[in-house]
Amino acid sequence: MATTITVNGAEHTLDLEPDMPLLWVLREALGLTGTKYGCGISACGACTVHLNGRAVHSCTLPLSAAAGQHVTTIEGLARAGSLHRVQQAWIAHQVPQCGYCQSGVIMAVAGLLAQRPAPTDDEIDAQLSNVCRCGTFVRMRAAIHDAASAAEGAAS
Amino acid sequence: MNRWSRRAFIGAGTVAGGGFLLGVAGFTFAPGRHSLVSADAARRGQLTTWITISPDNFVTILIPHCEMGQGTQTALAMMTADELDADWPLVRAQEAPALDAYANGYIVRAAGGHYVPAILGRGVDYGAYKVAEWFGFQVTGGSTAVRGTGEYGMRVAGAAAKEMLVAAAARQWGVSASECAAKRSRVMHAASGRSATFGELARSAASERVPTSPALKNPDSFTIRRTSPRRLDIPSKVDGSAKYAIDFSTPGMLYAAIEIAPVYGGALLSVDTAPADAMPGVKKVVKLEEAVAVVADSFWRARRALAALKPEFSDAGHGSVSSESIFAAFDKVLGAPPDVPAHAAKVVTAEYRVPFLAHATMEPMVCTAKVDGDRAEVWTGVQDPLNARKTAAKALGIDAANVRLTNFVLGGGFGRRLPFTFDYVDLAVRVAKAMSPAPVKTIWTRENDIQHDYYRGAALSRHAGALDGSGMPIAAHSNYTGGGNGESVFMPYAIGDMKAHEKKADHPIRLGQWRSVLNSQHGFFKESFIDEMAHAAGRDPFEFRRALLGERPRFKAALEKAAAMSGWGAPLPSGEGRGIAICESFGTIAAEVVHVAISPEGRLRVLNVYAAVDCGDVVNLDSATAQVEGGIVFALSAALLSEITIAQGRIVQQNFRDYPMIHIADAPKVVTAFVRSDAPLGGLGEPCVPPLAPALANAVYAACGARVRELPIRNTPLKRA
Repeated sequence: MATTITVNGAEHTLDLEPDMPLLWVLREALGLTGTKYGCGISACGACTVHLNGRAVHSCTLPLSAAAGQHVTTIEGLARAGSLHRVQQAWIAHQVPQCGYCQSGVIMAVAGLLAQRPAPTDDEIDAQLSNVCRCGTFVRMRAAIHDAASAAEGAAS
Repeated sequence: MNRWSRRAFIGAGTVAGGGFLLGVAGFTFAPGRHSLVSADAARRGQLTTWITISPDNFVTILIPHCEMGQGTQTALAMMTADELDADWPLVRAQEAPALDAYANGYIVRAAGGHYVPAILGRGVDYGAYKVAEWFGFQVTGGSTAVRGTGEYGMRVAGAAAKEMLVAAAARQWGVSASECAAKRSRVMHAASGRSATFGELARSAASERVPTSPALKNPDSFTIRRTSPRRLDIPSKVDGSAKYAIDFSTPGMLYAAIEIAPVYGGALLSVDTAPADAMPGVKKVVKLEEAVAVVADSFWRARRALAALKPEFSDAGHGSVSSESIFAAFDKVLGAPPDVPAHAAKVVTAEYRVPFLAHATMEPMVCTAKVDGDRAEVWTGVQDPLNARKTAAKALGIDAANVRLTNFVLGGGFGRRLPFTFDYVDLAVRVAKAMSPAPVKTIWTRENDIQHDYYRGAALSRHAGALDGSGMPIAAHSNYTGGGNGESVFMPYAIGDMKAHEKKADHPIRLGQWRSVLNSQHGFFKESFIDEMAHAAGRDPFEFRRALLGERPRFKAALEKAAAMSGWGAPLPSGEGRGIAICESFGTIAAEVVHVAISPEGRLRVLNVYAAVDCGDVVNLDSATAQVEGGIVFALSAALLSEITIAQGRIVQQNFRDYPMIHIADAPKVVTAFVRSDAPLGGLGEPCVPPLAPALANAVYAACGARVRELPIRNTPLKRA
């Protein structure tokens, strides 16, 4: 059965099982490998992408749930050759170590900032449940606040 | 450095396009193993060396260590470029290919031989020792890359290359080399004002005599080291472009999902393949001795088909093994607490236990292989490409020289991807052999990963200590299970009578190296026990330790620094407490103070961690700091939450739901200070792990009076006294 989804602005019609998780559709059918497999049970967040601008775990989201919707992956986060402010803050704070979880973290944070432009520490704690085995949380928090203030600066 | 010049050979030559290359090969340790770098190698375009300088003035440094987020490749490039006096923006780093010429074991061995801690009877530190045993491997582990390869290899190569560039310039200009100097990728002759770029000089430099003992910089003249240039690998890790083994793809590639005998050592008895055979996309059900795999045209289809199978496995006779039976065996061999001198004024005893732990790297084990007759190609992520190549060759019964292995950036290592733990490579090449010549990517699920790890060992340890009439310790004895060595059981304290004995109790659980290795267990044991002795003596735990470190200035300085950073001694609100611990491992001394708060209901929050680290000197300040932060968070997750348990011979836990990790909400603030000393460079990937658990347990005691003697801490009820 054919399903049509829009990924990073490009429309794709795919003849795949409707219950195939979006993660594997992105990685294997579309070659967008920036989105990572970590647990397959929506417990670690490595697979986080945006569905119509909201952060979702693609490892448990069936393709059918994304039909006709707009999906953004880490590859599509930068606009017009300019890194998203979260990506910029991640570089400024040298957040990643192994980096494997970071696509998902960056997408989760970009999603959070879209909802909450200047989140408090408590909001960050409540909203961000990604697992990072290298333990980059210390830098993540500082980078999130930086990205938030960059957005504020841009808005004012 | 004399030691180095005796042990190694430095060779140089030109590369196609007029570049310059230089390498160091250790023929003394491995006659015939390493192809020496020569003009002949260059003519054949064989890059068997560490530094190349192209005519456009870019320096490319080949790094014989993998990058798993620890910043090694950047740090080693910095060490080389500093000696070379290269302009950092013109420096590139690249991982060396999996060829014998890049084996690094002999360099690490040089480091191991050089670094003998002053403390008698302890031998060389475990990391260098262990890695030296793996001599001939291209290993990244034991926190050895910077202090071994960097100090004894890359620096020398950089310094030699500079001398050759300077010599080439002097020859061109008809001046003495001593009148010329290199700076920011140029050689200059101050008297005449002439200068040339490294790129312009590269071709003629390659024919200069190779210095065997080039002069190394005095640390005061470092220009790149001790700064914080941005890590070279980070841009690709924020835009999704970094390629891990799981991201590899090649035309015609198939995917495999695998189920391995749940009890280690078990064999596949039977499986009805019919349910999978009929499912869409399935190519074949592959039966292996200890596993069954489904190969399909997508991983999800392979996995779905595998789930439809009901394979039966034997249990290798271990079906009755459980965590309880293993700890019962530990208990039996340990027996009563160790004896202490009869004249003690006060005797302190304690028993500590720690569980098995999994590595749970964020990227699960993945290996793609293509087998064609007596040749194979392998694409994977390992901490030792050369040994992984041998694993693949052995599994296929072919010559290692016929295996081409490409290594990728690792989605975490922590010891899971070290030599002798390449089961995922072994299984994947056998699956691929069954599908020959199609390339097959075998992806382990998180469940495969948690249930088929090489675990950090569980251990039980019994301690007895004696205090004299003045409250000073006169003896500290322990009997432990689960393994130990001179470095891990060593206590730096001036206690007259210290003994630690291992008692063996075998079990069938597969063990491996987990970040900081045996120090992760023993750090908790010994630094919890010294804290208990301090409290038994009615002394402040920091002052008690400090009084016993008079003969150990490096330990004392680190301990004092951590205490000062934390505001040790300043009053805290009710329910809060500070704990301290100090451990030496991999040549580095790490002192940590943990500050916790415990709610009236017993909910524990870790607020702050202060770390004072003496690793001699620091190469890249910012990425070194990141290793301290990362080590602390890694250790904290384990101390608070992690436990692998065994039932009916199997691993009980399966995924992040029952083997949970801390999140950003649980992560403390971490304040890091490096205490510079004239000691040889120490490691950094691991040494900040061991002190965390005891400092945390000691903080919990200070906050609520509950003594944590078992990890993870969630197993101990924390009610405020």
